[in-house]
Amino acid sequence: MDLEPVIGLEVHAQLLTDSKIFCSCSTHFGANPNHHTCPVCLGMPGILPVLNRKVVEYALKMAVATNCSINRKNYFARKNYFYPDLPKGYQISQYALPLAEHGYLEIETEEGKKKIGITRIHMEEDAGKLVHDESQPVSYVDFNRTGVPLIEIVSEPDIRSAEEAVQYLKALRDILVYLEICDGNMEEGSFRCDANVSLRPRGQKEFGTRTELKNMNSFRHVQRALEYEIKRQMFIIESGSEVVQETRLWDESQGVTYAMRGKEEAHDYRYFPDPDLVAVFVDDAWIEQIKSSLPELPAAKKARFMSEYGLSPYDAGVITAEKALADYFETCANLCGQPKTVANWIMGDLLKLLNEDRRPITECPVKPAYLAEIIQLIGDGTISGKIAKEILSEVYKTGTAPRTIIEKKGLVQISDMEAIARVVEEVISNHPEQVAQYRSGKEKVFGFFVGQVMKETQGKANPKLVNDLLREKLKA
Amino acid sequence: MKITEKEVIYVAHLARLELTEEEVGKFTTQLNDILLYMEKLNQVNTENVEPMSHAITLSNAFRDDCVEESLHHTLSLSNAPDAHGDFFRVPRVID
Amino acid sequence: MELYELTIHELQEKLKRREVCAREILDSVFYRIGAVEEKIHAYISLMRETAYMQAEEADRHLSAGEGTEIMGIPIALKDILCTKGFPTTCGSRILENFIPPYDATVVEKLKAAGAVFVGKANMDEFAMGSSTETSYFGITRNPWNLERIPGGSSGGSAAAVAAHECIAALGSDTGGSIRQPAALCGVVGLKPTYGRVSRFGLIAFASSLDQIGPITKDVEDCAILMKYIAGYDPKESTSVPEPVPDYRQFLRRDIKGWKIGVPREYFIEGIDPEVERVVKGAISLLEREGAEVVEISLPHTPYCVATYYIIAPAEASSNLARYDGVKYGFRSPDGKDLLEMYKKTRSQGFGDEVKRRIIIGTYVLSAGYYEAYYKKASQVRALIRRDFDEAFSRVDVILTPTTPTAAFRLGEKRDDPIQMYLSDIFTISANLAGIPGISVPGGFTADGLPVGIQFLANHFQEGKLIQAASALEQLLISDKRRPSE
Repeated sequence: MDLEPVIGLEVHAQLLTDSKIFCSCSTHFGANPNHHTCPVCLGMPGILPVLNRKVVEYALKMAVATNCSINRKNYFARKNYFYPDLPKGYQISQYALPLAEHGYLEIETEEGKKKIGITRIHMEEDAGKLVHDESQPVSYVDFNRTGVPLIEIVSEPDIRSAEEAVQYLKALRDILVYLEICDGNMEEGSFRCDANVSLRPRGQKEFGTRTELKNMNSFRHVQRALEYEIKRQMFIIESGSEVVQETRLWDESQGVTYAMRGKEEAHDYRYFPDPDLVAVFVDDAWIEQIKSSLPELPAAKKARFMSEYGLSPYDAGVITAEKALADYFETCANLCGQPKTVANWIMGDLLKLLNEDRRPITECPVKPAYLAEIIQLIGDGTISGKIAKEILSEVYKTGTAPRTIIEKKGLVQISDMEAIARVVEEVISNHPEQVAQYRSGKEKVFGFFVGQVMKETQGKANPKLVNDLLREKLKA
Repeated sequence: MKITEKEVIYVAHLARLELTEEEVGKFTTQLNDILLYMEKLNQVNTENVEPMSHAITLSNAFRDDCVEESLHHTLSLSNAPDAHGDFFRVPRVID
Repeated sequence: MELYELTIHELQEKLKRREVCAREILDSVFYRIGAVEEKIHAYISLMRETAYMQAEEADRHLSAGEGTEIMGIPIALKDILCTKGFPTTCGSRILENFIPPYDATVVEKLKAAGAVFVGKANMDEFAMGSSTETSYFGITRNPWNLERIPGGSSGGSAAAVAAHECIAALGSDTGGSIRQPAALCGVVGLKPTYGRVSRFGLIAFASSLDQIGPITKDVEDCAILMKYIAGYDPKESTSVPEPVPDYRQFLRRDIKGWKIGVPREYFIEGIDPEVERVVKGAISLLEREGAEVVEISLPHTPYCVATYYIIAPAEASSNLARYDGVKYGFRSPDGKDLLEMYKKTRSQGFGDEVKRRIIIGTYVLSAGYYEAYYKKASQVRALIRRDFDEAFSRVDVILTPTTPTAAFRLGEKRDDPIQMYLSDIFTISANLAGIPGISVPGGFTADGLPVGIQFLANHFQEGKLIQAASALEQLLISDKRRPSE
């Protein structure tokens, strides 16, 4: 049977506002339980919600960045259900008329670029956190997180593989981070994903029965869970049975999805327009202002880096993965005019240093100007490539300018032909045995001579010159 | 539309209410009377009428993204039927 | 006359002239409470201690020559208004021991103006009722006849004002809960335009219908209180930034040439002939004063009750979901797991009427029924509002009876929900349309029970209500009966 997977993803992204969506409590993570609460987010009797304008702004940014059409008048609705982490017994969300609809973003697949549709983006409030007691049949509720603003981004069921799903999620996450409206961290819960998965015979229009997957806490989980679920459904269908519509949780330790225990009620959320809130009206001026405030988005930046700086798709991808890194690269490349070299240095030595330290590029002691300087100094022969690596480490450790370090340590490359020639001659005359070996055809011995010259010059000799001179003088 | 006892029990469950058998019977009768009375509304022609959810036509009632001091956590917990340290404690959810 | 029998404006005069002090006024009110409260039971709780502190504070300001029109005046607050540090029960077991850590905005405003809070007035549970018979804390009796209801849901507030157990009170009105008890208790009650008075701290029943308003002995007191409680509140998204006039300017003004609309649909249903007589009497008086009575039509009147009883319970079912025993209020000790805890808490914590409305509300919002009920009702609501827009393009105010009958007997309608709902028939439309309405005493039935006259005006035209009500009050001033002690 030729079955194709049909996948839709639902993402919840926590917005980086300072205060909550409907009250002035702080959204900042890490406070002691119930220390960031007030009568409003606790759902006490008589309280009322007032919308944080920044939430609308951030949601609009995402909507514009993903080519959505904005509903000029949109409304909040109540989603009614009972759960201890939901203090009012309803979640304020958007239902019939959400902020934005009918958008898309592009992902790279083997067959080229593919558009994944975005059905809708809407604003809503987060719920609290429930912690279960290990030994007793009780749970503990912390309402710090209730009222933290979320946007829910629902994709069309356009995704056809686990790989595509991860591509989509990464692209979505990158945009959110670029827009500086979400920190896109799946492990910490600021970026969450649920999936709807079904299979159907290729070419068929009707959808198959779908299952909903939850509890995936990283891109890897998503990939593995989807791969597993697709296989699971395939097996069921191919053996003649039917897939059961249900919610399944991903179990990372076992590598399987399992159905949620107990009879899962179809929730009747009884949505109706929230009478405590008024319409959100977005006029042309606001949309224009949002449009003009958008930064260059990841996909566009990547494409530009490839065309303008000649970077390979892979390199451009790595460098534009993080906006700060892309900015760093661009500043540096413009300073020294050698983009490809800059890219290599960043992707090699610089990221290695940062990763060891777990430091973000924004805290890198090597300013773009410093890296540019190093590259220029190699270019004009002042230092060798090898020495440059040492200098980079030193700049990283101390934050001092390269030139200062070079002067202090006297690392200027020796490019004085005569000086090198003298050392070369000295080395040659000191090692007659090896000379004989080389002249008799042992090419490998050449390295020995190079090493010796470098040793004598504390590594500062211009390697090319050393090479040339050695070759010349060893020629008999 | 007539509401059955079964529906009343289902709706009560949705609302997390527990009714005695007597209450189910009584409520079903009363609700049917009430719902029957509401059928009057079918006499009204509401074609093309925009539903009114508000008496006012305001929009964009916003506040600035400013943090203000939260309620002191002891006050947040002061009315809790069962507070445990800084948490609200509840009987376990049965999954 | 005893101090407790006076009005806000009369007492203000005395306070200004240093004839009395706030403490004395409070003493008088508490004396009166001691004499009659046991019979009437207007209050759920008394705030004696803090009241005296407020009175002392008021006296300090007054001696320093500072004052407001309500400084030092003892006021009752319907127990639906959150009072910081003091129990607020909403007439329900489920909030029996709830102590809000915040004041309702109107409470804050009155505090800032130096008012004195006597206590929390009794009410139908969660404001659902028209007789104050559903309060978990017992019934309230009508001061004019102890075998009769005071009306509801602000029955305690109205009874307290009528019996002089406070000088004035605040109530709330979702379908008539200020105006109806005011009418049945022979006092003045005003429901402001939706969005005129902040709902922050008002325990929500039906969010798109609820409003807080004054219940007072005369129209002047009503105008005074309105000035202090009305106004934009940034804590409420549905609060309207409309400037607040000094409503006192509308008192004792001419209504010559005013067009008073009388809706023909309001005089068809089963009105008590005594009520009709009183209302028609009031109409004649106004005509003699130079007002022109215009017959108008509010064609969607027959659908108001049905519309209301879909929308209000729907919103209520959602607003009351927060009472789940998790964060505050009553929690049943009998729940073995979460689901049981929820069910037992809510079933033991709520009374029958509340449960009934929650079930109706949940039903009309549930899958499959939303379009047929809630959406339909919202559309009819728009038409009801249009009726009023049309009417107000032709008249200044509308006059109707406030209630179809005078106060009925305690227990008479308790088991007949529809009959109970129909007693709201004249007041409900104003909440649906969001327009303001006032009930002013119009006279008495042959049995000596008060009859209220209702005026309705267009949005933010409370001034017109005050003017019309004041004019009528002046005309009826001869009949100064008081409830028998």
